[in-house]
Amino acid sequence: MAEVYQSPSIDEATSALTSQFPDVKIVSTAERRIKMTCPREISHDVCQFIHDNLTFEHCSVVTGVDYVDHMTVVYLLSNYYNGLMIDMDVDVPVDDLHIASVSDIWGGANWHERETWELFGIVFDNHPRLERLLTPKNYEFFPFRKSYKMRSQE
Amino acid sequence: MDMSLYPHAVAMSADEFMTWSDAIINDLLSTGTKKTVDKLTGPIWAWGMKNSMHPLHWGLACCALEMAAASAPRYDAERYGMIYRSSPRQTDILLVNGWISKKIRPDLRRLYEMIPNPKWVVAMGECAISGGPWYDSYNCVQGLDQIVPVDVYIPGCPARPDAMIDGFMLLQKKIENYFERGNFMED
Repeated sequence: MAEVYQSPSIDEATSALTSQFPDVKIVSTAERRIKMTCPREISHDVCQFIHDNLTFEHCSVVTGVDYVDHMTVVYLLSNYYNGLMIDMDVDVPVDDLHIASVSDIWGGANWHERETWELFGIVFDNHPRLERLLTPKNYEFFPFRKSYKMRSQE
Repeated sequence: MDMSLYPHAVAMSADEFMTWSDAIINDLLSTGTKKTVDKLTGPIWAWGMKNSMHPLHWGLACCALEMAAASAPRYDAERYGMIYRSSPRQTDILLVNGWISKKIRPDLRRLYEMIPNPKWVVAMGECAISGGPWYDSYNCVQGLDQIVPVDVYIPGCPARPDAMIDGFMLLQKKIENYFERGNFMED
């Protein structure tokens, strides 16, 4: 069992993450910020580790980015004790838009994931209620994708 | 016959009363009961309606803050009889102040249908007029007039409280004209 930090510094957090998960890449760090990427297969384990061992109790944002050749799910996770924030990017291939839901770790991620699903079409596996949240139930398109065009753009 | 003579029925001499009632009977015979009743009661209805405008208390978006400011002491829209009622059955004006998302569109139409006749619709702010900043959006109705007929447009982003009161004073004129046309009985 890895060590539990209540208020980890940037060095403690990055070393704990990279020693526990060799596939996690720390892209850059800044004051109170860690930018990292992680493969899709271990994203749920990494989130569980960040929540349990690094005490990141708040999930600020779950959202998506459409890079046309792939999509990225962005998690912004923060620590209440020292204000440290982790920006975690998880790449998802376009032909298989599935990723594990983290709403069992942070309850607040529930609506963020629903919104990401309705806007980008990224499916969060094991989500308790993956339905459309803000758009009508009969929508069959995902408006934040680059392939979606407004009437004036057609 | 001059409408201004009708209220004098409460204080007039016997001769004046005979002239007045003759005129009413002539009206009845020449234009019919319906129009005469409209002519008699129209000004009363107009006076009552335009001085007690009850909009639906339905704050959709940020223009609702201006609606709140308009009823606060500085602007005090209540001196024009504007009292917000929470049930559409008790209102006669649908005040739409904000963007109309596709999800609320059926409910808006339903609220409009629930308001008893005669009713008026006010579109306040750019979003309700034409979609505003959400022009060509995937989730916004491009203007309230695509769903319900609109009587008064109040532009602004958001519309100032005094602009809103000005819009409602225009609506007062419209209410007056509506009853002067005498189509109350048709509803």
